[in-house]
Amino acid sequence: MLTLNVNGRQQQVDVDATTPLLYVLRDDLALNGAKFGCGLGQCGACTVLLDDKAVFACITPVGVSEGRRITTLEGLGTADHPNPLQRAFIDEQAAQCGFCIAGMIMRAQALLAHNTQPTEKEVRDHMRPNLCRCGTHMRILAAVRRAAAAMRSAANETSSREARR
Amino acid sequence: MRLMRALLGLLGATLVGAAGFAALAWRPEIPAVEPPNRAGFDPALIARGAELTMLGNCNVCHTKAGGRAYAGGRGLQTPFGTIYATNITPDPDTGIGRWSETAFLRAMREGVRRDGSHLYPVFPYDHFTKVSGADLRAIYAFLMTREPVRADTPADVLPFPLSMRTLIAGWKLMFLKVGELGPDPVLSAELNRGAYLVEGLAHCGACHTPRNSLEAERNEAYLGGGETEGWYAPALNASTTAPVAWTADQLFAYLRNGFVPTHGVAAGPMQPVANNLGAVAEADVRAIAAYVAALVGPPTASRSERLGKPEARGEHQPTGSRTGAQTIRSADGAIIYAGACAPCHEATGQRFSARGIHLASSKVVTMPDASNLAHVILEGIAPPQASPAAMMPGFADTLSDAQVVALMTYLRSSFSDRPIWGDIEDTVRRVRRSAEGS
Repeated sequence: MLTLNVNGRQQQVDVDATTPLLYVLRDDLALNGAKFGCGLGQCGACTVLLDDKAVFACITPVGVSEGRRITTLEGLGTADHPNPLQRAFIDEQAAQCGFCIAGMIMRAQALLAHNTQPTEKEVRDHMRPNLCRCGTHMRILAAVRRAAAAMRSAANETSSREARR
Repeated sequence: MRLMRALLGLLGATLVGAAGFAALAWRPEIPAVEPPNRAGFDPALIARGAELTMLGNCNVCHTKAGGRAYAGGRGLQTPFGTIYATNITPDPDTGIGRWSETAFLRAMREGVRRDGSHLYPVFPYDHFTKVSGADLRAIYAFLMTREPVRADTPADVLPFPLSMRTLIAGWKLMFLKVGELGPDPVLSAELNRGAYLVEGLAHCGACHTPRNSLEAERNEAYLGGGETEGWYAPALNASTTAPVAWTADQLFAYLRNGFVPTHGVAAGPMQPVANNLGAVAEADVRAIAAYVAALVGPPTASRSERLGKPEARGEHQPTGSRTGAQTIRSADGAIIYAGACAPCHEATGQRFSARGIHLASSKVVTMPDASNLAHVILEGIAPPQASPAAMMPGFADTLSDAQVVALMTYLRSSFSDRPIWGDIEDTVRRVRRSAEGS
């Protein structure tokens, strides 16, 4: 029996420690955001966060994730209350088939969580491990830029509100 | 009185010695010239120079990350401190624009700057001294027709007295043998060409030979394995630890394409070398491969049986199953291997066009130094330009240091019969730090 911290909640799963984290998230915890694209760490459709770092869930044996914080798409926000990055993807309509998108969002989340002013090159270099077959790239980039701007202005608003107190 | 005379004698001897040394160390300044007219160089000579600079990998040291070609600025870490590669574009003020051909040849052959000061041997003139005059002139023509870039070279970070370049004259006295490498009548034309390139321009020994306390190559252990940029440069002689023997053809494919299915992908500092060797004349790469294969020698009995059939050593079954019958609490090396590595590195893993090599044939697992395995696990490998190999993802974010150590221990004991490295924890920490810093 393994105990996992998934999206802030403790989850018990009865699986072999060698099982890919991706399979556990989908089959045992019904968190179907992350997708199986290749099973080889080559496409990024399975991307989740492990302690705020983007990793390929398909080549992460679930055993190594015990004691770490696992965050999936479902942990960022809901359909009614999406987080700024999810909101930006909706506003930019950044999806065609949608298969790569959960992975794209998680990869972008890892960047924006520590850098809300990435240069274009930084965004593109950071998103490199994730592939999109339908060609939604330009909208994805626009969504990341949009989210960064939204997060920056939210941070400015918070600090100026605090300054006025 | 006698003590006084003895002391004066000693002082006199020291002064004479110092004067003698200074005389030995002194080199004249070669007068600056007007930057040569680019149109005055023969295009064929420039083209030959272009190939020769790729064989010599000049761009690798003399270009910094994100910097302009040949404009210098890259810091080279040595045990003594950091020495910065210089600007070798023809800029008149910050580059070599005012260097005559004579000054350039002297720098390559004897390690002396135009102004007469000595160059640190991190610039491998102990190899470049073997290059022919004709080739040096071609390299000069190529460099003097590059785009001039105004870029000052940062000051070296060396403690006193190592910052005194005069002392290098002493090093040269002990370790530099000036002179071109001529053909050996015993060797074939191809092997002579390979020797000329390997010993001279390609300066393989500069990385692949262990060095003594004064950072000179240890000739008695020539090509016996060395170190560069935090990576181990494996032995290219009979003391090789590679589990699968290298044929000249495999070496050629590896150097030319940066990848060969029997041995894997060129990684780390070998990637830019493979990129350059992919662009030069094929015959030269064959010559280098032939010469190195000759140095490594024929495979021993145990290496022969693995030649071309690494998987025959025994298919390695990953432990554990999906059905949940067994639950193993700790993520030890076997679990990590089964979940993270086996999908690409085992024959029973997924089929795709350019799978990772079976680790039983990996030379990295059998190396006497754990650095390269740590690098590859943490950083992955982005294949060299236009190579048919797939990308290996890095596991720095997936695995903790303890997990990387567990995995490396498992790989070493499963895929080699060599003892575990004594310093794995330190190696993993050091490599992760250097990867984060870059």
